[in-house]
Amino acid sequence: MTGNTTAAAPVRHRQWTRARVLLLLKRILAYTVLILLSFLCLFFFYLLLVNASRNHGDIQTGFSPVPGAFFGKNWETLMSSTELPVWRGMFNSLLVSGCVALLSTYFSALTAYAIHTYQFRLRNFAFKFILLVMMVPSQVSVLGFVEMMNDWQWTDSFMPLILPSIAAPAVFFFMKQYMDSALPLAIVEAARIDGSPEFTTFNMIVLPIIKPALAVQAIFTFVSSWNNYFTPALIIKTKELKTLPILIAQLRSSDWLKFDLGQVYMMIALSILPVIAVYLCLSKFIIRGVAVGSVKE
Amino acid sequence: MKKIIALLLAAVLMLPVCALGAEAEGSVLNIYCWNEEFKTRFEAFYTMPEGVEVNWVITPSTDNAYQNALDEALLNQEDAAADSRIDLFLVEADYAVKYSDSDFTLDVIGDVGLSAEDVADMYPYTKAIMTVGDALKGVSWQACPGGFIYRRTYAKEVLGTDDPAAVQQFVSDWDKFGETASKMKNAGYFMLSGFDDAYRCFSDNMSAPWVVDGMIQKDPVIEQWIAMTKEYTDLGYNNKANLWSAESSAGAGADGKVFGYFGPAWFIDFSLAKWTLADSTAEPAVGNGSWGDWAFCQGPQGFSWGGTWICAAAGTDNLSLVKDIMYKMTCDRETLAKIVEEYGDFTNSVETMTQMASGDYRNEFLGGQNHLALFLENAQNIVRAMSTAYDQTCTEKLMAAMVDYFNGVVDLDTAWDNFFTAVEEVHPELSH
Amino acid sequence: MQHNEIPARHKSVSYAKWGYIFLIPFFLSFCIFTIIPLGRTFYYSTFEYFRSGLKTIGPTPVGLRNFVEIFSKADLGKYLWNTLWLWLLGFIPQIIVSLVLAVWFTDTRLHLRGQGFFKTVIYMPNLIMASAFSMLFFALFSDGGPINSAMEMLRMQPYSFLRNVAGTRGLIALMNFLMWFGNTTIVLMAAIMGIDTNLFEAAEIDGTNAWTTFWHVTIPLIKPVLSYTLITSMIGGLQMFDVPQILTNGNGNPNRSCMTIIMLLNNYMGKSKNYGYGGALSVILFVITSVLGLLVYYVLNTDEREERKLEKRSRMGGVQL
Repeated sequence: MTGNTTAAAPVRHRQWTRARVLLLLKRILAYTVLILLSFLCLFFFYLLLVNASRNHGDIQTGFSPVPGAFFGKNWETLMSSTELPVWRGMFNSLLVSGCVALLSTYFSALTAYAIHTYQFRLRNFAFKFILLVMMVPSQVSVLGFVEMMNDWQWTDSFMPLILPSIAAPAVFFFMKQYMDSALPLAIVEAARIDGSPEFTTFNMIVLPIIKPALAVQAIFTFVSSWNNYFTPALIIKTKELKTLPILIAQLRSSDWLKFDLGQVYMMIALSILPVIAVYLCLSKFIIRGVAVGSVKE
Repeated sequence: MKKIIALLLAAVLMLPVCALGAEAEGSVLNIYCWNEEFKTRFEAFYTMPEGVEVNWVITPSTDNAYQNALDEALLNQEDAAADSRIDLFLVEADYAVKYSDSDFTLDVIGDVGLSAEDVADMYPYTKAIMTVGDALKGVSWQACPGGFIYRRTYAKEVLGTDDPAAVQQFVSDWDKFGETASKMKNAGYFMLSGFDDAYRCFSDNMSAPWVVDGMIQKDPVIEQWIAMTKEYTDLGYNNKANLWSAESSAGAGADGKVFGYFGPAWFIDFSLAKWTLADSTAEPAVGNGSWGDWAFCQGPQGFSWGGTWICAAAGTDNLSLVKDIMYKMTCDRETLAKIVEEYGDFTNSVETMTQMASGDYRNEFLGGQNHLALFLENAQNIVRAMSTAYDQTCTEKLMAAMVDYFNGVVDLDTAWDNFFTAVEEVHPELSH
Repeated sequence: MQHNEIPARHKSVSYAKWGYIFLIPFFLSFCIFTIIPLGRTFYYSTFEYFRSGLKTIGPTPVGLRNFVEIFSKADLGKYLWNTLWLWLLGFIPQIIVSLVLAVWFTDTRLHLRGQGFFKTVIYMPNLIMASAFSMLFFALFSDGGPINSAMEMLRMQPYSFLRNVAGTRGLIALMNFLMWFGNTTIVLMAAIMGIDTNLFEAAEIDGTNAWTTFWHVTIPLIKPVLSYTLITSMIGGLQMFDVPQILTNGNGNPNRSCMTIIMLLNNYMGKSKNYGYGGALSVILFVITSVLGLLVYYVLNTDEREERKLEKRSRMGGVQL
């Protein structure tokens, strides 16, 4: 795209052809690698769909590259089960993951902004403190957490699943690192000169600039919350509040009389669809965010 | 001593209930379980009295979640409001003792009020597992005796007969079983599918409990299983499959080379029959894969595998209802007969099963054989008084550790060490 | 120090209080939901406190006995080694592939078509639950699975992936790679796209080749995000649990070679609710992770500080020109 019209001198022309061949080779390499990797990635989804269309006995006896004839039947058994409120579970998962994505990206950005922009005495301490606790495996604190939720009688509600996401050290760390490389302090100072209040500067000027980072982390937090089984399994007890991973685990561990791998795979396939949709929406947003960024420069 | 405490505890907890009389029983019956097996049978055959509602608390058993939830609820039982207390809960064979040997379960006869006659017809082993001291701490509607299920065609080809009584002569003890395995091997078949197939035959007949005084035992019977399985693996007598793996189920298919599997009634209907089908969309019938090409014999040793028991929780506010449910679901012969017809369980009544065994029952999957009679004998022969609260952990960890030995990845001592390490990680109070 | 150029009248207004105000929600939530439970966990590390069946043993203070017992009983060094191995085996290919892809995607000269498709697809494995992914892998690579049948068709020796140490470790690494390379690519891409495009154009006009531009423009400028990737991946690696847990059925076999630290923690905390051992192991893990994490952070940060100074100088120069 760049520069192919400006070639004038014959000497430069020769260089350009060599460069073009190299570029072509590079392009071929890039496409080959990408197609291979894409095949690898998509293969598992295909497999999932194939297995969702087969019955338990067939899946147990091995692998098949072609879909079976049980898609409709698996769907029906899944939908007719009273112990598995699939749609309710999907709604719960959407609600929880949506709130988690929103809260964790917004507040992490705010926290990162505080440490990135302001000079205050505890700044360094705060930063290192968050970094240090980021190192703690979540599995370590979760049992104390559940005990506490029991004491507060907060179990069996969405609050313990949503509120802690306000403090997400890894998301914060990403925002901080991103701001280091993409948010010049000069912009903040310019806003101040224009008389913009601090909180407004953050909401109206800083957030649009770091949109790509926000979109990226929103996806990541949404997905990890969507797939989280560990904490919800310890907190949620009522059928109506169960999220999808709990329902899937329930399916997988059902007894040998009812255990049905076809149904399990159907449920897994179904539970992936919403995340793909969310991802497709947000990934467009990343690309648009980039366009905004380049106009700015 | 323990029993006195249990009785005292039960008495104290039930005082307010008793004082108000039976009329004042709770309006919610809480049942804890890990699947819908009992729920479907309960809903089909039990009519709840008016004014009482059943609350099913179903927690999957993945990652020990069911036992975690149950333990929390039991430990909070005293503080819980009457209507949120556990009334009934279900346990499985491999960890039943954890609950029966505790003050959290009531004596079915002494506390709940079933009579000794009510439970007299149950298979002795189903009571032995749940008996602590003199107290019977749980009852089951099913019994799970097992046997050896073999492929008729291969039996005919190699042994010259597919008649269950004749084939039984080739596998009546482990020496003969080994000889037959060698014949199968020479004919290009596998005697067994894999490593874990014969485990239950041995583990159900151990010479001592898994744990004695906090020490994990190396039981000679288990060592016998290890030695035999290693020998079979090295000689190529088995297909090196793990339990429930795709390889194991493929062995039963039309092209499968596995001669036989060990299993109880539920294994035949639920697992094996499905593995044999070539076309799962078509009706299961002779000609579809190896369906119908199987038969059942008792095998070298009687054993049981699996099973679910119903326990009454200490502190229940629905005692008379609990008693009635226990009676109706596990002692009432009419219900038990219906469960056999409807769900194919082998139910926990000697008389009911004897009647049905002598009837004109034919199992088409087993080539028209009436195998109930053979199950009957095995069910009577099961001796299972060796249960401990650690059976589930020991079984799982032993199978996992020994696979490495069978595959030649580690030597026997390392495999045992890995087993001890794994068990002691889970239960810090144990050593070896 | 660096704010010397700001006009004097701005100095009189202190913005420091906003720093504190903006930190409130994070720290509040953090203290309540993480620090307090964590304190509880650490506190228990000096107690004998577990369940035997339904009986609770303890809590009895035992000093440092839990630590001594963990070090003497559990093969902690082995599990740590396993964890590091499994992480590196997945992370090294992951960071290389992700960097290459991120550069390709953002290379305007290369101008790849169908980027939207590729970017979407490479992230998709991350959308599958680790447990479901492990189930699929297990089916694919089992002894009678399609991979082995394919190998047989190609006249290759069948290989029992899940019965060999190298095979199982390789599969875990491959799964971690597949699940996370798209994620890393996106993060790195966002970082590269944050770079001032003028810098690339300037490099192009100077006739610098792609390789030099990559090493001397791209890498230094995305270093903060690179260090983010490295540190979070390392923390994620040390916390590795789902994939090996499900693929090896919680046993970490063959020969406990895929047993990770968190799988050990899970064994302590599972059936016996061993808060004593669990707490002690958490403390040990906390120390290990902090030391490693801070080490990496400081190594990367010293470079970065120097470079930022250089960059500032060159930028100012540019403005003056």
